[in-house]
Amino acid sequence: MKELVIIGGGPAGLAAAIAAYENGVRDILILERDKALGGILRQCIHNGFGLHTFGKELTGPEYAWEYIQKVEELGIEYKLNTMVLEVTESKEIVATNEQDGIFMLQAKAVILAMGCRERPRGALSIAGERPAGIYSAGTAQKLVNMMGYLPGREVVILGSGDIGLIMARRMTLEGAKVHAVCELMPYSGGLARNIEQCLNDFDIPLYLSHTVVQINGRERVEGVTVAEVDEARRPIAGTERYFPCDTLLLAVGLIPENELSKTAGVQLDKVTGGAVVDEKRQTNIAGIFACGNVLHVHDLVDYVSDEGAIAGKNAAEYIQNGLKQDMLVELSPGAGVRYTVPQVISKREDVTVYFRVQDVLRNACVQVYHGEEVIYTKKRTKVAPGEMESIVLRKDLLPDSGKLTLKLEVLL
Amino acid sequence: MRELTCIICPIGCSLTVQFKNGCFQSVTGNRCPKGAQYAEDECTHPKRTVTTTVRTENGRVLSVKTDVPIPKEHIFDCMKMINGVKCSLPITVGDVIIENVFGSRVVATQNMQKQGGGQHE
Repeated sequence: MKELVIIGGGPAGLAAAIAAYENGVRDILILERDKALGGILRQCIHNGFGLHTFGKELTGPEYAWEYIQKVEELGIEYKLNTMVLEVTESKEIVATNEQDGIFMLQAKAVILAMGCRERPRGALSIAGERPAGIYSAGTAQKLVNMMGYLPGREVVILGSGDIGLIMARRMTLEGAKVHAVCELMPYSGGLARNIEQCLNDFDIPLYLSHTVVQINGRERVEGVTVAEVDEARRPIAGTERYFPCDTLLLAVGLIPENELSKTAGVQLDKVTGGAVVDEKRQTNIAGIFACGNVLHVHDLVDYVSDEGAIAGKNAAEYIQNGLKQDMLVELSPGAGVRYTVPQVISKREDVTVYFRVQDVLRNACVQVYHGEEVIYTKKRTKVAPGEMESIVLRKDLLPDSGKLTLKLEVLL
Repeated sequence: MRELTCIICPIGCSLTVQFKNGCFQSVTGNRCPKGAQYAEDECTHPKRTVTTTVRTENGRVLSVKTDVPIPKEHIFDCMKMINGVKCSLPITVGDVIIENVFGSRVVATQNMQKQGGGQHE
């Protein structure tokens, strides 16, 4: 029996463990699949992490180190090289590692913090053979930053989210030539500063509204055919151009890794790919919480840590007192909004609602409706799908029942 | 006039710089003083922090960074210097790997033990 088991020792799991400890729980176990704590931060050796949380600019490993030291200092138990095989609705956990074999744990509360995976080539339906030289950007990042291999010399990158941009710079620094970064959408999903310091600094061209339509080469990538796309994101005939290259990096999105959540019977949100949660990050199963990229994909690790802390604090509350729910109000995305987290509000207290918008908009107005009534409104000069937005709903605004809808309206 | 995107934090403010007689005069669009300093540096002598890896005695790579930004035009020279070094182990976060690389110190950003498979590396 464990009071709290946390699945995943990345930034979400570490922050959750610390918050649970600080809120009085002592019997905590973190289960981590990799050989060290830190999660994906271990391979994110670039800087820019931690400005919100620590007020200084850290690299990924340094940011993780701040939390790992704290976990060590508090004496929080963890098992490395440990793969969780199953989580059940009654919070039994089946896991395996070299020392313990296959073992079972009963937990009072579980925090899901498994992170996310990269969308693979198979999800894209790009024509061509299956030559060597096609990598997801994160795999290439691990090869370069942790294993010391350069996966190729002449590179094209598909996808201009932050991972694609960061890898464009990283490959360039290590001596590769990045010929193009292609982006299906008419705008980059990455931060403006990464366009500046990862592409513009090195004169790497960014092709917006372009995609890879063909991968050429049989044994090894020999080149890719890139075409412009129309408004419906369909390739436009006659716009094809050929880039000779030996490597294609795919930075085409992240998917929360919820296989374990599914077997436990956790209800998932079709848009986020993560659990449906209330403001405490509790799922539909009492005592099972979710936080970080397994819940929804974040832009900044600082927000992952914040969310981990919310889950950890509330898991502690659940273990000690049970969580009382004085109301249950559904929150759903309306016009212009892709998703919200949380999707349910279960207590009358100030709630920070995170959400993503559908399109890049200028002079937009965020509105929260309760039926026909607008209970909240706030202006935004610019919103973009790549940047997570948040609003705070004050407790006195919250209704006792019914449904809330978060909408985006364009101001003329 | 020159338009810049601030790279100091994730907000990425759009900065507008005014010049007088070819010299930096003022900046607008920044939400914090760091942005003003960035704009001035960017127009007079642009700098960047370099993050990369260095070889270690046991063949693995260790993540490092310049502890302060270095002149942008020396990024590739800096890479060359770092790639010419092999560091001995063990290493703790913050250990200096190379002194004085274009005005910075190259420091470790991760821990590494002498033997492989150690924790928190």
